[in-house]
Amino acid sequence: MNDSKYVYLDNAATTPMDPRVIEEINKHFKENYGNSMSLHSVGQKAAQILVKSRETIASLINAERDEIFFTSSGTEADNIAIFGVTAKNKNRGNHIITSAIEHHAVGHPSEELEKKGFEVSVLPVDKGGLINISELEDSITKKTILISIMFANNEIGTIQPIKEIGEIAKKHDIIFHTDAVQAFGKIPIDVKKMNIDLLSASAHKLYGPKGVGMLYIKNKGVRKGWGKFIEPIMYGGGHEREMRPSTVNVPGIAGFARAAELAKEEMQSEMERHTKLRDRIIKWVTENIEDSYLNGHPTKRLPNNVNLGFKFIEGESIVLDLDMEGIATSTGSACSSKSLEPSHVLLAIGLKPEEAHGSLRVTLGRFTTEEDVDYLLRKLPPVIDRLRKMSPLKKGVKYMFADSSNEHHH
Amino acid sequence: MGEIKDADSVGEVGNPVCGDLMYIYIKVKEENGKEIIDDISFQTFGCAAAIATSSMVTELAKGKPLDEALEITRGDVADSLDGLPPIKLHCSNLAADGLHDAIKKYREKNK
Repeated sequence: MNDSKYVYLDNAATTPMDPRVIEEINKHFKENYGNSMSLHSVGQKAAQILVKSRETIASLINAERDEIFFTSSGTEADNIAIFGVTAKNKNRGNHIITSAIEHHAVGHPSEELEKKGFEVSVLPVDKGGLINISELEDSITKKTILISIMFANNEIGTIQPIKEIGEIAKKHDIIFHTDAVQAFGKIPIDVKKMNIDLLSASAHKLYGPKGVGMLYIKNKGVRKGWGKFIEPIMYGGGHEREMRPSTVNVPGIAGFARAAELAKEEMQSEMERHTKLRDRIIKWVTENIEDSYLNGHPTKRLPNNVNLGFKFIEGESIVLDLDMEGIATSTGSACSSKSLEPSHVLLAIGLKPEEAHGSLRVTLGRFTTEEDVDYLLRKLPPVIDRLRKMSPLKKGVKYMFADSSNEHHH
Repeated sequence: MGEIKDADSVGEVGNPVCGDLMYIYIKVKEENGKEIIDDISFQTFGCAAAIATSSMVTELAKGKPLDEALEITRGDVADSLDGLPPIKLHCSNLAADGLHDAIKKYREKNK
């Protein structure tokens, strides 16, 4: 193995762009500089590229072309979904339902709504990270207008029972939004079969460019008995059919479409390949490194997500030590966040704060090879060993892990 | 780094729930009528900054008389590391407190 090798295993944070996507974007930067709203031919060419891109992206989730609304990010799409639906329907009801493991792009807007007088039910999750369907149904009231539950979690990769959630939403005539930023292009999504009304996605998690996202809006936001059920959160020009003003990022969107196209072609084979690598890492680490365990669900998880816990040590140190070995990973430890709180997702699945501090997330990508995994499995044990030698916790009888610390004394 | 088995005193600071726990071990000897830190070592559960501050405080304190070691502040530790990000200043920079705790316990024991 080459010493200058850098193994990128943080694909849930963002992905490197696929060279085929870069090629596509460069082409459009050079040739299609027009404003898609302009009447002249350069503008119209840009508008045509937009239409084609919409079509490609829609086909990945079995949506109709005009149900795709481009945004600048997944976060923006989540914000439009949540604030757009609640603002439009506040006379109909003031209650929304979400889960304890949402990304902040859904969690924080929900908290804002609460400050403005909305009621928010936050569903707990089990040890594997799954919501309980009957609990969801029980929390529905006459005032419920929106359910927002993520498709797959960014930290532990848990895939929610989206079809069942969609059925419940349909039965009670409630709008169903799902943040599919991690799932889009990685696992099959069918907005029709799953009864999804709103879905957020982002290009940069899929080997596409940063700064490009989209919101799928069922039937362009018109619903029987509701009329228009969503309104914009920004006002300006009439771009994206009055839903999201600002001059459209045509080259970026063309890159997003190319990325979606490639994801569709390679989805089946990549799912199989990633699942094998994922399970190999989980099995090897939990069998060969003492006091390590898997966080999240063993099977209902994204093929590319591994989240491991290591007792007695702290995740930020693991991440930085691995980085020095040329491996990029991430952690839910408080030390890596500005809030100094450990990950809300890891706490929601029942981890103690000191356990959440010792988490390591490894997320595979299109460019991850078998050799990369070999390299990780070779470099990880000495890192864990070194940090444990440094740690006072192994004998910390009074603090935690009482069962495994009895043989030690202080 | 690591435990000193026959340490004269062990300072302890932090709490693993907030993500940092440090033990500072010291061995003390008398030299020219002064009590001097002869050997010092740490064990730390915490982020990279916590590990760095622990390591730095052992370097700063080694060979120093106890009175001088007590004067080592959190600021001295951070300065010796060429500064710490503001977010790390209050939570990770516990090492000086751990050292002071070790010296205090040593003195109580040897009154």
